[in-house]
Amino acid sequence: MELFRIKKDIPFMRHALVFNIISVITFALAVFFLATRGLHLSVEFTGGTLVEVNYEEAADLEKVRGALSLAGYSDFAVQNFGSSRDVLIRLPLKSISADEAAGEQGMVRQGEQVLAALETEAPGAHLRRVEFVGPQVGKELAENGALALLLVIVGIMVYLALRFEWRFSVSAIIANLHDVIIILGFFAFFQWEFSLSVLAAVLAVLGYSVNESVVVFDRVRETFKKARSLSTPQILDYAITSTISRTVITHGSTQIMVLSMLLFGGETLYFFSLALTIGICFGIYSSVLVASPLVMWLGVSREQFVKPPKAKDPNVTEDGACV
Amino acid sequence: MNRYPLWKYITVAVALLIGFIYALPNFFGEAPAVQVSSNRATLKVDAGILPRIEDILQQAQVAADGIFVEPNGIKIRLKDGDAQLKAKDALEKALNPDPANADYVIALNLLTASPKWLTHIGALPMYLGLDLRGGVHFLLQVDMPGAQAKRLDSISADLRTLLRDKNVRHAGIDREGDRIVINFRDAGTRDKARAAIAADMADLSLVEQDDAGSLRLVATLKPEALVKLREYAIKQNINTLYNRINELGVAEPVIAQQGADRIVVQLPGVQDTAKAKDILGRTATLEIRMVDDTPGALERALAGQVPFGTELYTERGGAPLLVKKQVVLTGERLTDAQAGFDSQTNEPAVHLTLDSSGARIFRDVTRENVGKRMAILLIEKGRGEVVTAPVIRSEISGGRVQISGRMTTQEANDTALLLRAGSLAAPMNIIEERTIGPSLGAENIKKGFDSTLWGFVAIAVFMIIYYQVFGVISVVALASNLLFLVALLSMLQATLTLPGIAAIALALGMAIDANVLINERVREELRNGLPPQTAITTGYERAFGTILDSNITTLIAGLALLIFGSGPVRGFAVVHCLGILTSIFSAVVVSRALVNLIYGRQKKLTKVAIGQVWKPDADTAK
Repeated sequence: MELFRIKKDIPFMRHALVFNIISVITFALAVFFLATRGLHLSVEFTGGTLVEVNYEEAADLEKVRGALSLAGYSDFAVQNFGSSRDVLIRLPLKSISADEAAGEQGMVRQGEQVLAALETEAPGAHLRRVEFVGPQVGKELAENGALALLLVIVGIMVYLALRFEWRFSVSAIIANLHDVIIILGFFAFFQWEFSLSVLAAVLAVLGYSVNESVVVFDRVRETFKKARSLSTPQILDYAITSTISRTVITHGSTQIMVLSMLLFGGETLYFFSLALTIGICFGIYSSVLVASPLVMWLGVSREQFVKPPKAKDPNVTEDGACV
Repeated sequence: MNRYPLWKYITVAVALLIGFIYALPNFFGEAPAVQVSSNRATLKVDAGILPRIEDILQQAQVAADGIFVEPNGIKIRLKDGDAQLKAKDALEKALNPDPANADYVIALNLLTASPKWLTHIGALPMYLGLDLRGGVHFLLQVDMPGAQAKRLDSISADLRTLLRDKNVRHAGIDREGDRIVINFRDAGTRDKARAAIAADMADLSLVEQDDAGSLRLVATLKPEALVKLREYAIKQNINTLYNRINELGVAEPVIAQQGADRIVVQLPGVQDTAKAKDILGRTATLEIRMVDDTPGALERALAGQVPFGTELYTERGGAPLLVKKQVVLTGERLTDAQAGFDSQTNEPAVHLTLDSSGARIFRDVTRENVGKRMAILLIEKGRGEVVTAPVIRSEISGGRVQISGRMTTQEANDTALLLRAGSLAAPMNIIEERTIGPSLGAENIKKGFDSTLWGFVAIAVFMIIYYQVFGVISVVALASNLLFLVALLSMLQATLTLPGIAAIALALGMAIDANVLINERVREELRNGLPPQTAITTGYERAFGTILDSNITTLIAGLALLIFGSGPVRGFAVVHCLGILTSIFSAVVVSRALVNLIYGRQKKLTKVAIGQVWKPDADTAK
């Protein structure tokens, strides 16, 4: 069986402008939604308390809300988590009062307090999980996340610049960063919860889709050295066409695994695998169809890969005699 | 031509065997167990107590599945949960006849159910994280400025004693923020004081400062003393937490430093979070101060005018008490506290033992204050409580102090426990908390396992259909990758979490990339008309560079997560990075060994089963 039976190189570069315009539009939309809607950050980043409770039968969310209101909570979110019997309650950080120590202690007790509040109005709840994150931890996590992203970008750029050429490194990182923004745009548009594990998925997918550019670039370099008669766009077309089967199959396989996580992994892994899915799909597109034209426009040429013949020593005259 | 030397085959075989052995314990699961450990430093739980434990179990008609003597206690493996509870109750009753004064900690635990020989060679299952087994996780922040202030307070007390001993007259010693200011009346005394302090207290750096007619000496902690102080505060707090958690009876608590000023506490299997928090949250520190008995002072304080340098407290009985702010002694000087009885009156009492420097201070203070009262305070979250305020009857030397009066036996026990469990060197706050119920843990394991399994099966089916024999080889390589990864994690005794399982699944999904690269390259070489043996060699050779490149970029992302990630992300990152390393080995070396075994010996190989190799020119020729 062979899925890809391509006789001639597909003229990807002829449509380079179209691919990039599509990219720019998606990118602009993503930025727009990020700016207007913002990310729905999880408790890990914002600080606050998260309580997951489980009922024997389907839970009555209205009752749960009523119980919490009665207990004096405001600004909380109650929703089903996975099944109708599981309920997730989110409580924001209380503004830290003058007595900070007592405030912290109060937060920490929220798990039990919530359970006690539920007991009167909506009895039968079993505590499954409590997560409390203090304000300083949340801030640090956000900072560390940004630092990690920065380290990945710099690391990959330096590596590609050393291994290939700066033009490749710049276009690969632009293409893949635009993936990251698009993933974030999806999370902003649908207001999916952006948690630490989603951040991990985004960074993992960043490292992973750069692979794609690497594979294509590897081919480009090899072809530049081998085929002297081809123009730069032709070489890029050839490189993409000859690796496309591998690209689709690899990403397909990874996607199978991610899909399995999406289906069987439950609520905890849901957004993690969702971020991976978006990342993988856009990764194929951008690392091949966005990065390659960028390389072309940045002016890649054969001379950058083929070592020029040794320059002649001006002191040596034509006939080889030394003066 | 496509042959490995024998040593390469042997290396692969040995690696697979080791991988298999070390991955094996994970499949045996865990059996319920009861752990007996000591609650006292003086009491050792070792083989000596074995006959007694066996006797108790026999009487309770519980059959033990195995009894193991380990450095931190004795573990008894049992058949099921019922037997575990029965055994725990029986042991609890027999070993701790007096629950208020327990000698042993009896805790429920889980033990690996793998055969003895595996455990013997150090093949242990992965340690399951809290999200997989249930339990409580706390992140505590140590209040370093608080620790520093406390240290400076005790230094100012020492300075007073020092200057008095050396007969240097000063005009007041005060702590102002993070420095101590000593006032003097004339420069000569200041020089004398400076020399005395410099000779006696190496931790302080001294600066002379004169403003508006007052001569001052400003003392601050030297940077290296500050570092030492921080290290000490963390260490002391960890020790204290350890003692307190032992009282809880948790089987395998994790108490570790994280960063410069944080402590992680993980209590697997603990469900009673309220009690755990109560015990951890008791950030009590002990202070001994003098009571201000000046006639009339108490009345004035009650009327709202608290005299300078004193604080108003309420005694346990409810009576108000005016206590000086100056601290005589802190809990740091305490080495032991035991509940007991007064030898003369037979009242319940708490016996304290002080270290040598504490004993000296205590002797001096009691000698000078016979007939007066001293207050023993527990400071919790900035609020103090007077435990007791006894009258000093005589000079107390030798560092043995007895607190008695108006206490029940229970109160004496509680006080001793609180004091013994140690006072914290610095206050702490819980800044992160996670509680996971046991049912959620089991579900998480199942979900993680299911997604990995079905993903693997789907990839295997696709690879075998698409690449035939090379597909089978790729799948075997992928399976060996899984084996290596699990074995490596078990060897490192890494903690497996749900994100960790997700990383294993993702590592498999990404690792197949290498095999796809190789297979596609081999096909391409075949398409270009190379004979099969050459195609295999060049395919592997050419693919290797690409595999290395693509894995390195993934590794960079993994390392960034490892460096900056915390908590669940860290678990993900560890597995992610290890997965990349094992995948290079299994995809390149293991799969090549298999290819060589299958095809390498055939001299006249005309066809390899790598799926259909479609040639454009063959098609056009028709």
